[in-house]
Amino acid sequence: MKTMSFTQAVDDALSQAMAADERIVVFGEDVPLLRRDLLVRFGPKRVRGAPISESAFVGAGVAAAMAGLRPVVELYMVDFLGVCMDALLNHAAKVEAFSGGKWTAPVVVRAPCGGGYGDGGQHEQSLWGWLAHIPGLTVVVPSTPADAGGLMLSALQHDGPVIFLEPKLLSESWLEFLGSGGRRNVQYDVPAKGAKGPVPRRWEPLPFGKAALRREGQDLTIVSVGVGVHRAMEAAGLLQKEGISATVLDLKTLAPLDKAALSEAVARTSSLLVVDEDYEGFGLSGELAAVVLEAGIAFKYARVCTRTTIPYARGMEDQVLPNVERIVTAAKELLA
Amino acid sequence: MRMSIDHWELYALMLKSRLFEESITQLWQDGLISGEMHLGTGEEAIIAGVVAHLGEHDAMALDHRGTAALLMRGVDPVLILRELLGRTEGLCGGMGGHMHLFSRPHLAASSGIVGAKGPTAAGFALANQYLRPGAVAVAFFGEGAMNQGMLMESLNLAAVWGLPVLFVCKDDGWSITTKSETMTGGDLNDRAMGLGVPGVCIDGREVSAVWEAARQALDHVRSGKGPYFLRARCVHFEGHFLGYQLIRAVRQPVREMPKIAIPLTQSFLRSKGASLPERREGMKKVLAAVLSTLRDERRDPASDPLRRTRQDLTSDLPRLNSLEDNAKSEIATIIALALEDAAS
Repeated sequence: MKTMSFTQAVDDALSQAMAADERIVVFGEDVPLLRRDLLVRFGPKRVRGAPISESAFVGAGVAAAMAGLRPVVELYMVDFLGVCMDALLNHAAKVEAFSGGKWTAPVVVRAPCGGGYGDGGQHEQSLWGWLAHIPGLTVVVPSTPADAGGLMLSALQHDGPVIFLEPKLLSESWLEFLGSGGRRNVQYDVPAKGAKGPVPRRWEPLPFGKAALRREGQDLTIVSVGVGVHRAMEAAGLLQKEGISATVLDLKTLAPLDKAALSEAVARTSSLLVVDEDYEGFGLSGELAAVVLEAGIAFKYARVCTRTTIPYARGMEDQVLPNVERIVTAAKELLA
Repeated sequence: MRMSIDHWELYALMLKSRLFEESITQLWQDGLISGEMHLGTGEEAIIAGVVAHLGEHDAMALDHRGTAALLMRGVDPVLILRELLGRTEGLCGGMGGHMHLFSRPHLAASSGIVGAKGPTAAGFALANQYLRPGAVAVAFFGEGAMNQGMLMESLNLAAVWGLPVLFVCKDDGWSITTKSETMTGGDLNDRAMGLGVPGVCIDGREVSAVWEAARQALDHVRSGKGPYFLRARCVHFEGHFLGYQLIRAVRQPVREMPKIAIPLTQSFLRSKGASLPERREGMKKVLAAVLSTLRDERRDPASDPLRRTRQDLTSDLPRLNSLEDNAKSEIATIIALALEDAAS
């Protein structure tokens, strides 16, 4: 088994796919620096920089995909999708439906997401609920290097638009670029197993809509994605010491959602605790409750999510983002 | 709003900002400021030359580099610093941080979204037209933002609605890590003119040039002739932000270069991929970014706007020394106040 860091795994899977498929091209802001390793292997025709013009280059990525390329369009942060939402909301997501199923836009939009390094509320959002809300978009949020690489490969083979989100807290290179800037005296609460881990010798695609059971327990089911999975695992470890055994389910993709695995895991414990770094209202946490209710399962329910704009101040930020303490407290209250 | 230029006042504004941001650099290096940190060191002449003309009710739409403008506009530096330190007693209660600084009494709002200063300034100007006639709005942004749709749309909107907006384009030639000339079609002044906004392009390292251009530009805007585009060239000594990868690689090659060079070489040599000439083209592009950082004018002391202004003031050394001593002790007091509170 090899080991890789999170972003290294994404880039490695991407380069494996680029070597096999000439239609894959990569573009976005500062890509010549950020993806320099791809640039020197695949050349400037396939790896290119774009002006700070998200509406133009994301929109162009969608249409280039319709016309035969397989673009990987990279944004600095998912927050900046706010600038060019039209390309995804009204175009990428609609092509297949509008064409009566005869045309699709197989574009991969790659964007770092999430907080935990003090960059403020305009640069640390998750927004996957907002994206998964739109029919026609696939939304991927990996939590380990192995999943990140395998899901990137699937994204590149998928016949429609995929939003591929990389939690910055798991990415050594993003934390270095945006967080520490080379400083050695700043630390973040990085989940070790998410930042670095075993990867296969050769990447194989991992299926969308297939959740992973990270831990099995009898008393409650914690469901999450991305960094939240690791926080949930840590909380489950602490709860175990107090005699509470928790299941932890990692959704890996929000759209499609593994409804069967979700309902099954909740049915077994009759309680659901959602841990979501995205906003609480009208999002993933409420959606999961609805799905399990629709399956006719009776269960107790609680959620630990981000409720407000994410504060810049590190201490306040740690309280606003789902943390282990809040998860443990919510679990105990749920079972009390 | 002065009728004649006062080099002493402009130098004092720039020096205060410079010393303040040098202290911020130290605090960032010490790990007391989190996340990204974008400084205005190098663009002080642009900010001072424009802000010196602003009066009550004039609004400012600031980018992620807004500390200097707020300081020169008169926002309490202790509050700014506490905000940067993530204190609840900061200017924005610790919620905003340096990219999202707001001061309602000064009608000043910042944003970390590139290009967002265009619509913000247009809206501030519109409100001023109704509520505070004669007052204007200034947008500060970089040349990289000129490729953002919302900024181009705002130039047009301001032109057709005749809004009192001064668009200030701080052109340092770099869009984060990419040379702007490789990403920008045509000339930026022509572009503004094409959208109905007249303007000039000046040396933003010369505070007197900025002051004079801003005076004329604001006369135009205040007199109801519509928006104006002031483009001023400058450098940013620290690049896009503190810890900027390319500058680190140049300053500390032994520590930083292997991290870049080893994976780069491995990838260059991997089987499957582009032809050798294509790979060389790719390598050239990566090396060009490092080489242009090595050679560029950010490393030239002559690019320093403070140094240039200071030379003109050395004829009265006692006054200059006293001004500089006062500025230093003022900043030292500000830092001590902000940190003293942090300790308690």
